[in-house]
Amino acid sequence: MKVAIVDYGLGNLFSINQACLHVGLDTKITSNLTEIKNADAMILPGVGAFGDAMNYLKKSELVAPIKEFVKTGKPFLGICLGMQLMFTDSEEFGSNEGLNFIKGKILKFPSHDTQNSIVKVPQIQWNQISENTDEIWSNSALKNIPKKSYMHFVHSFYAKPENDNHILTYTEYADIKYASAVIKDNLTGFQFHPEKSGELGLKIYENWAKTIIK
Amino acid sequence: MKNVRIIPRLDIKGPNLVKGIHLEGLRVLGKPEDFAKYYYEHGADELIFQDVVASLYERNSLHEIISRTAKNIFIPLTVGGGLRSIDDIKQVLRAGADKVSLNTAVIRNPNFIKEASLKFGSSTIVVAIEAIKQPDGRYFAFIDNGREETGIEVVSWAQKVEELGAGEIVITSVDREGTGEGYDFELIKKIADAVGIPVIAHGGASNINNVKEAITIGHADALAIASIFHYHVAEQFSNNGDSKEEGNTAFLKSGRNFGIIKPSSIEEVKEQLLESGISCRPIK
Repeated sequence: MKVAIVDYGLGNLFSINQACLHVGLDTKITSNLTEIKNADAMILPGVGAFGDAMNYLKKSELVAPIKEFVKTGKPFLGICLGMQLMFTDSEEFGSNEGLNFIKGKILKFPSHDTQNSIVKVPQIQWNQISENTDEIWSNSALKNIPKKSYMHFVHSFYAKPENDNHILTYTEYADIKYASAVIKDNLTGFQFHPEKSGELGLKIYENWAKTIIK
Repeated sequence: MKNVRIIPRLDIKGPNLVKGIHLEGLRVLGKPEDFAKYYYEHGADELIFQDVVASLYERNSLHEIISRTAKNIFIPLTVGGGLRSIDDIKQVLRAGADKVSLNTAVIRNPNFIKEASLKFGSSTIVVAIEAIKQPDGRYFAFIDNGREETGIEVVSWAQKVEELGAGEIVITSVDREGTGEGYDFELIKKIADAVGIPVIAHGGASNINNVKEAITIGHADALAIASIFHYHVAEQFSNNGDSKEEGNTAFLKSGRNFGIIKPSSIEEVKEQLLESGISCRPIK
């Protein structure tokens, strides 16, 4: 089973690759169109700015191949900024168009909470993930992961899907309860970094790996 | 919800984990890989590797240690020491680091923060500030592990660092580092309250109470801890007859005189934080 980890010049691919290898996945860090097309599953990583990432994807002519891949129904996993790119658009530095797999927006965390205390942005910490519904949770890569588990987060922006049914988990920060994982058909997105979330995170990769059909 | 991070900090010299006082007078404690693995398995939220001599000799000797460690450790790893160029950062990230910590290079060229954060993302760029208190009460930033004064006042520097795109700040009190006299709460609070990015406090903790106070009084978002944890692990390793490495020498066999440092495990620290109503990721 070949997993294409999309390399578009942004993001640290090492740790995602390590986690995949650890759970027995065969990976290829690539921007090669044929390799992407022939992969059995795809991971879209990313750190940094939404607009930059979309520009890099466009420049590498990867937008169309990624959209084609998603249409095949093969498993697709977006991580951190990779999850945010799955949405319609972002308010980061003006408006930027995303891949539009899931209707919704990417918004910035406020600098102060409802008590007017400073909120540190980016959120860099371990935080809890809670279920949207039991059913969505148990039909995702989170099945057999205890609810309210702590995962490692690093981000300044958060996703707001239009349709609640696309929300897999909620997390709270800056007095905002936001979508920290999303799911839609063959698409899964994690705002947190399962590859940096210890043994539980690895279990998530293991679960996701089982959804890949050769 | 703020969950405080507990981050073992491993100072590395050549192949060894070392611990000094005021960032000087280094003692060898063992192999960094062994300590890193132990911390990962015992609830560390992240790890910091600091090459304590790289900055002096302008070299990067950590790559091998990083890549050996990063293969088996699935928590964030920050690496610092002697990183001077975009290419230096690239190499460390490629070896398996998730973030880099910059000090000397960005004091000499503050725009390097901007360049690096645009290239790698803000969350990858941590700026380390090493502070020494002046007779007039102000704190100045130092470079080269506290050896060279810069004349730069730390609070305005911290704000500038944020403005230039750093994702986090590690503030080290060089006065307290390795002494066990407790964190410098005044310094930590000044920095933590002055910026909107997370602040990691480092330098001086000798017991769990110090750690608590760095959060409650100092408003730290995370704690980098060395002696308390290293001495605890060194005890475990030597009790298990596990101190086979050449490094684990005289100091550890000398009757383990840790001075006023009270060794504790990460578990103990986290348990006590939670009991005091301070949120963090529990271990079980």
